[in-house]
Amino acid sequence: MKFGVVVFPGSNCDHDAYHVISKVIGQPVDFIWHQATSLEGYDAVILPGGFSYGDYLRAGAIARFSPIMRAVTSFAATGGLVLGICNGFQILCESGLLPGALLPNRTMKFVCQFVHVRVEATDTPFTHLYERGQILSLPIAHGEGNYYCDAETLERLRRENRILLRYCDEQGRVTEEANPNGSLDNIAGICNRQRNVFGLMPHPERAAEEALGGADGRILFHSMAMALAELAQD
Amino acid sequence: MLEQPVITPQLIEAQGLTEDEYRRIVERLGREPNLVELGIIGVMWSEHCSYKSSKVHLRRLPTEGECVVQGPGENAGVVDIGDGWYVVFKIESHNHPSFIEPYQGAATGVGGILRDVFTMGARPVAAMNSLRFGPLTEPVNRAIMAGVVKGIGDYGNSFGVPTVGGEIMFGECYARNPLVNAFALGLVREGRVFYAQAGGVGNPVLYVGAKTGRDGIHGATMASAEFDEQAMEKRPQVQVGDPFMEKLLLEACLEALRTGAVVGMQDMGAAGLTCSTCEMGARAGTGIEIDLDRVPQREQGMNAYEIMLSESQERMLLVVKRGREREIIKIFEKWGLDAVVIGRVTETNRLVVRHGGKVVVDLPNRLLTEDAPIYHRPMTPALPEGDYHRLPFWREASGHEDYGEVLRRMLASPNLCSREWVYRQYDHMVRTNSLTLPGEDAAVIRVKETRRAVAMTLDGNGRYCHLDPRAGARLAVAEAARNVVCVGARPLAITNCLNFASPERPDVMWSFSEVIDGMAEACRAFGTPVTGGNVSFYNETEGRGVYPTPVIGMIGVIEESRHLMTHRFKDEGDLILLLGETSDDLGGSEYLERMHRAVVGPVPRLDLARERAVQEVCLTAIREGLIKSAHDCSDGGLAIALAECCFSGHRNRRHGVEIDVEFAPPEVPEALWPVIFLFSESPSRIIVSLEPVKADRLRELARAHGVPITELGRVGGERYRVNLNRQTIIDEPVTELEMIWRRPLDEWLSLNVIAE
Amino acid sequence: MRAKIFVKLKASVLDPQGKTIHQAVQTLGYRGIEDIRQGKYFEIALSDSLTRDEAWAMLDRLAREVLSNPVIEEYRVELEETS
Repeated sequence: MKFGVVVFPGSNCDHDAYHVISKVIGQPVDFIWHQATSLEGYDAVILPGGFSYGDYLRAGAIARFSPIMRAVTSFAATGGLVLGICNGFQILCESGLLPGALLPNRTMKFVCQFVHVRVEATDTPFTHLYERGQILSLPIAHGEGNYYCDAETLERLRRENRILLRYCDEQGRVTEEANPNGSLDNIAGICNRQRNVFGLMPHPERAAEEALGGADGRILFHSMAMALAELAQD
Repeated sequence: MLEQPVITPQLIEAQGLTEDEYRRIVERLGREPNLVELGIIGVMWSEHCSYKSSKVHLRRLPTEGECVVQGPGENAGVVDIGDGWYVVFKIESHNHPSFIEPYQGAATGVGGILRDVFTMGARPVAAMNSLRFGPLTEPVNRAIMAGVVKGIGDYGNSFGVPTVGGEIMFGECYARNPLVNAFALGLVREGRVFYAQAGGVGNPVLYVGAKTGRDGIHGATMASAEFDEQAMEKRPQVQVGDPFMEKLLLEACLEALRTGAVVGMQDMGAAGLTCSTCEMGARAGTGIEIDLDRVPQREQGMNAYEIMLSESQERMLLVVKRGREREIIKIFEKWGLDAVVIGRVTETNRLVVRHGGKVVVDLPNRLLTEDAPIYHRPMTPALPEGDYHRLPFWREASGHEDYGEVLRRMLASPNLCSREWVYRQYDHMVRTNSLTLPGEDAAVIRVKETRRAVAMTLDGNGRYCHLDPRAGARLAVAEAARNVVCVGARPLAITNCLNFASPERPDVMWSFSEVIDGMAEACRAFGTPVTGGNVSFYNETEGRGVYPTPVIGMIGVIEESRHLMTHRFKDEGDLILLLGETSDDLGGSEYLERMHRAVVGPVPRLDLARERAVQEVCLTAIREGLIKSAHDCSDGGLAIALAECCFSGHRNRRHGVEIDVEFAPPEVPEALWPVIFLFSESPSRIIVSLEPVKADRLRELARAHGVPITELGRVGGERYRVNLNRQTIIDEPVTELEMIWRRPLDEWLSLNVIAE
Repeated sequence: MRAKIFVKLKASVLDPQGKTIHQAVQTLGYRGIEDIRQGKYFEIALSDSLTRDEAWAMLDRLAREVLSNPVIEEYRVELEETS
């Protein structure tokens, strides 16, 4: 089993993702330079948070043209696990691997804080170790996390049970007050139809150790590792 | 090539030089300088680069200690934190640029201090900032604050360094004189520190990073002059920051340093190419010769003067081992950055610059560095008059009817209320090392490869320093050390940022000298040497200057991360105790300013031996696992500190308190006992909470160190209740107090029409 | 040759920046402003070797694929001749 963490110019949570995989869940992991053209030998790829290319045009807009993204697209098509965190989620949307787009926050301000999110579906390699309806405490840190898609897409996401995380309050109620950025339907994370590509705005890698204020995020990486281990046995 | 103009008195003045200084230049040089040379000398002899007014005083600061690897004089200080790791840290001001253009001024301030850290080979792992603004009642001050906060956030967030803490204060003297001091801290393995020295005659000199444009020309001299009405027209001088470029520069520089092919490196900050070339040569006892035709340029037709003095951001100067330049250039190319050989190291001890095939500058390094003028500026003592014991409320012994109401007003003070509006805009968690969230007494980041953690805090109190600069500086150092101790760390060293008005005013110069002496004394007492910092003079507009505002950046080490301590109360039924003693110390307090609109002394009395003892008891109690919370008691007094301990935090619910104390301070009218108890700012006090069974051990510890200890009461319920001498003086729901404390900045800043 | 490309949010997408500015100018006393939408504007200098048709095709692709995100934005290209 091998994880890869893609490094774009301007990625800044690449070391954090690497740390979680190598030290917290103890799995093999490499950095993959954005100029690489192949993902051979990898079972899961993480597009980390940060400000790829300074986020100067739109968040993730330039990174999607990096050579590695062609490899990520075919990797995803053949069932490889792709996790996009924060800027990684933005890149996945820009590159069309996930539907929709991430607009500037409703408040027009960057926001960094712990929020609550509710696990809405557990039939994915990323969330199967959580319980449906489980409330997680995870940090967010973004200026453009306001999820948007057209009504038709939203309807499809709901129908296909592809909204995996929603912002909620401490009791798990999905309310307007609990929505930190104005996201449509309080969406914090969605997956593709095949359920092997997952993008989310919160940072699970920042809440993977008790010393950092919580370990709810660790389970996500354990889920991925376990899903890959089961695949390998089949 | 420039035509050589006649050097006129106007030209000399335009470079920020005096006629005396010019005579000295001609004498040392044995000829008249040309215009490019004059510009270079002007900027290197500016207050900002030469420290000409402060140098004679700064020498009195202690700079040596067991842990110090590198003291003042380099890009940043270096301290050994054990287990094979060094911390590189520094604070620097960007006050003048932030006044002219708050967003870019603050952003480039952050960029500059980050470069100072990574040029030494350290990866920046934490940033903080200390800010001063005019009152929020003025829209212009709110706009400056909003711009500064956004500038700091956008730069640090994009770069990927967590902004983990800092401080903000408001005051009339900072209107039109905002202070923006940026701190950065990096980690580097023992033995991997790089210095800004141009060693090895014949080695190539590389220019790397962003292209040179006309931005920021004469920023250093601008930072060395007072503001007047025309200041706003100086706007084009402000540099524009590019955090993305800086992030690439960081990664490329660290990769380049790992090759072993780099001899020395310095960032091009204030005075750009000029400062980096002559300083790197001077430090190594060599010279540097460069050719400006090879410098990557963003604009066409730049002349030698403009290229040498440009302050374009995100640029570095590297000296590389001869024959290995290709290897280094390739690394920068990988990161999409320009890297060009623009010259070489010579044995001449001179800075030689060519442009268009001609020598346009030929100056001895000495003239630009060591031979810069040093001034013993005149000083006049100027302690402000006044004593709060003579204010009407004291003379008439008129206390308050309703202390709950006073507490509410204090909690809503912009100087005391929650800073969440600010730190929510800063990514304070990236790099997954932040063991604390903002709002603790000090910020703590772990060193992943070890069990250690580093604590850091910024502290300064302009009011105290205005009333008594020497005592104010001592108090600032003491508070910084106390803050570091409260999170469980042993204080190690400091960096300082000294913000003052014009040094040409004898009273200002005197206060500077006093601050240095006070700081030196306190640093010696705590064993925390000064490893570097920055002096910012001329913080005045139209003759109105800021309070003397020294800001102390103190770092400490926690050997075992698990000993980390936080300030909030944890469990119902825990005992609350006060280490130290509350005395009649209202001078310069937040209470006097907020409730009586008075800024008068005398400032709180500080006994350094007592302070050390209190800190020792606290640290031992933390390491023995005796206590569950520790909180420094300072701005706003005990009442505010207690309230902060009660409020809710991440994974920490809100708590009530029941305080029950007998309190009769000598020589204070009885009607004012509650005022003193609640709002006096006596130093050397720490509020701790613990399980009742552990109280005896703590008392024993306090006794052994001669530290007074008082039981204040218990954690419990939902109300903030204070009984003083068996009379209830405050009884308020904590939920409401918390709301009053949380809201003010959100409310003030939402009033902005166009914030940024 | 020089070109201009304008990118703006689709009418159906909320524009918080435009909304904030609109509110602000109303407070500042500007009357008669019904709405403000904020967009992006690119100035592009083109090589003389391109024909007009080539330039059009290339700019349209650039605007569609890179400078705008079709999920939320629309664009307009203007090509001007410099003698």
